[in-house]
Amino acid sequence: MKSLAELAAIRDKMKDKVVLREGSGDIRVVVGMATCGIAAGARPVLNAFVSKVAEEGLADKVTVSQTGCIGVCQFEPVVEVFEAGKEKVTYVKMTPEKAAEVVEKHLKGGQVINEYTITNAIS
Amino acid sequence: MIRSQVLICGGTGCTASGSKFLLSAFEEEIAKQGLGEEIKIVPTGCFGLCEKGPVVIVYPEGTFYSRVKKEDVAEIVSEHLLKGRIVERLVYSDVDEAVVEEAGKHVSLNETNFYKTQKRVALRNCGLINPESIDEYIAMDGYAALGKVLTEMTPEDVIKCISDSGLRGRGGGGFPTGKKWSFTAAQPAGQKYVVCNADEGDPGAFMDRSVLEGDPHCIVEAMTICGYATGASEGYIYVRAEYPIAVKRLEIAIKQAKEYGLLGKNIFDSGFDFDLHIRLGAGAFVCGEETALMTSIEGNRGEPRPRPPYPAVKGLFGKPTTENNVETFANIPQIILKGAEWFASMGTERSKGTKVFALGGKIANTGLVEIPMGTTLREIIEDIGGGVPNGKKFKAAQTGGPSGGCIPASLIDTEIDYDNLTAIGCMMGSGGLIVMDEDNCMVDIAKFFLDFTVDESCGKCSPCRIGTMRMKEILEKITSGNGTLEDIDKLEELANHVKANSLCGLGQTAPNPVLATLKFFRDEYIAHVVEKRCPAGVCKALLNYVIDADKCKGCTKCARNCPVGAITGAVKEAHVIDTSKCIKCGACIENCSFGAISKR
Repeated sequence: MKSLAELAAIRDKMKDKVVLREGSGDIRVVVGMATCGIAAGARPVLNAFVSKVAEEGLADKVTVSQTGCIGVCQFEPVVEVFEAGKEKVTYVKMTPEKAAEVVEKHLKGGQVINEYTITNAIS
Repeated sequence: MIRSQVLICGGTGCTASGSKFLLSAFEEEIAKQGLGEEIKIVPTGCFGLCEKGPVVIVYPEGTFYSRVKKEDVAEIVSEHLLKGRIVERLVYSDVDEAVVEEAGKHVSLNETNFYKTQKRVALRNCGLINPESIDEYIAMDGYAALGKVLTEMTPEDVIKCISDSGLRGRGGGGFPTGKKWSFTAAQPAGQKYVVCNADEGDPGAFMDRSVLEGDPHCIVEAMTICGYATGASEGYIYVRAEYPIAVKRLEIAIKQAKEYGLLGKNIFDSGFDFDLHIRLGAGAFVCGEETALMTSIEGNRGEPRPRPPYPAVKGLFGKPTTENNVETFANIPQIILKGAEWFASMGTERSKGTKVFALGGKIANTGLVEIPMGTTLREIIEDIGGGVPNGKKFKAAQTGGPSGGCIPASLIDTEIDYDNLTAIGCMMGSGGLIVMDEDNCMVDIAKFFLDFTVDESCGKCSPCRIGTMRMKEILEKITSGNGTLEDIDKLEELANHVKANSLCGLGQTAPNPVLATLKFFRDEYIAHVVEKRCPAGVCKALLNYVIDADKCKGCTKCARNCPVGAITGAVKEAHVIDTSKCIKCGACIENCSFGAISKR
């Protein structure tokens, strides 16, 4: 070890791997992963969220986690976004591509994609 | 891409309760479900709640599973990791109702009563990182303090920072750490040493072990910082051979640090060299005393030597040496990184920072807790520790093991810090905290600890070698019902002599358990000698087993189970115990279906 920069490089490289354990980010993304969700393709969606969040450097702000059946099986895969002080946003019929878009526009840009939300699907 | 991590405790407590089988079970099950790419398994150090082990935590949810068995693994993997349904029956959730209502089902670990008032500084990485990975330590800002010290600070700056923080030795003495370092630094340049005292020998204490097992790199880093500050180029870690996991992880840590150039020559291109060695203690309690410890490292029989000269002047191999305890070192990197003011903002006026306690004895949550100095004993026992189990009444807490004293229930609101404990005739000690309830006899406790010190006395000086033995004999006389009031006075006088005249800390503190129990529980001693009665019902010689004639149905079960034939009586008539034959084994009480037998 010859310099602080060298140490910082290792730290940054490893940070993503331990950041999961530091607990609550400001935003919580929850993917419904019950049998119906998995059957409808929730796993690739979950994985897309995890990798896209890391890619965009949002890992210390956003926690991606899974949950059981949310209850609207016809709309699976369902993803909910919780943010302190804001109303919950529920995205339905998600795909890995849509997930990437949500990370880009909503989680990073703060812009809810109304087109994919449950409100839009029902009305 | 890893989306979830499974942390499995690999501390000694959880390893003993089977965590290493969990590790392989999780690996197998995760591979079977095809989740290998998404889930990472991380073996960690101690989480602190040893009572509930083996402990498994799943992130990002932070779900805390307790007492996990091998058979539970498949369910956790298929339910939680695959489908996201938390296995509620295994979740540890000792929380206030208000928290549950507010947070819904997502109760995080830090909200449980055990963890919520804790403040983790020395234990900050324990249970959070893989102790065998230097990269994970670096990710948690590891070695950043060393980098800062070597590139931005002079040795004087470092010592000033440690002095300003108010850190005091956590091994029991409470000597200001900055001052200790400055003494060694003030010695003329030349060969100097840093020694880490990891010879944790107090019965019931396991704080240092947990730090070494859970975060070994922080000790390596702190010792290197100490070396720089005091002008030492070599360090020794003296660790008990009875801590195999700690030894193994220390060896790995030192090897990794050498590979990264964080130990060795020219660290951070600063021209500073530092190397570390491990020495194993062979199990002698006296080697926890600093001069005996250094004598042992030198290859001699572990016996103390008179001070002065203090180790700072003439220590290991006759050279200036700084010796600190594991927990003291564990605080150093954080103080450097976050500043002296941050550390000094925690705690009381003269005791800064936090203290780790190993909670044991009659307490619901056996384990490790780290609390800010100044927390009351009541908070530790009732809030964090979950209180005394089985509806029993709290009687006293024993601190500092065989060198410490006890805090009686009447002083439960004492704020724990060095000076408050000394003021009530107790001592902080290294951090063992043994909780006792109404079933513990204080005379018996004093005898237990004295037994230990008699065994462990090295025999070099007579006050300790002979004095402790004579004290033990008096205690045996009292607990066997042959004591007199004069014996109590003699015991007290002798205790004060041993305390005043012994060569080293072992003998000087050995009478403490006796003196403290005499101070707070003299009435129990008097009951033993005057009434020939043990109020807690512990001292066998003073007990008599009696059958209550009104309750006895004459079933003969007790008589049939008595191994010495001390019980006689006809069928359907009250039985009688012949006290001259009775060996007080308790078999009759266990076997009586009518609760007719009691000991008095």
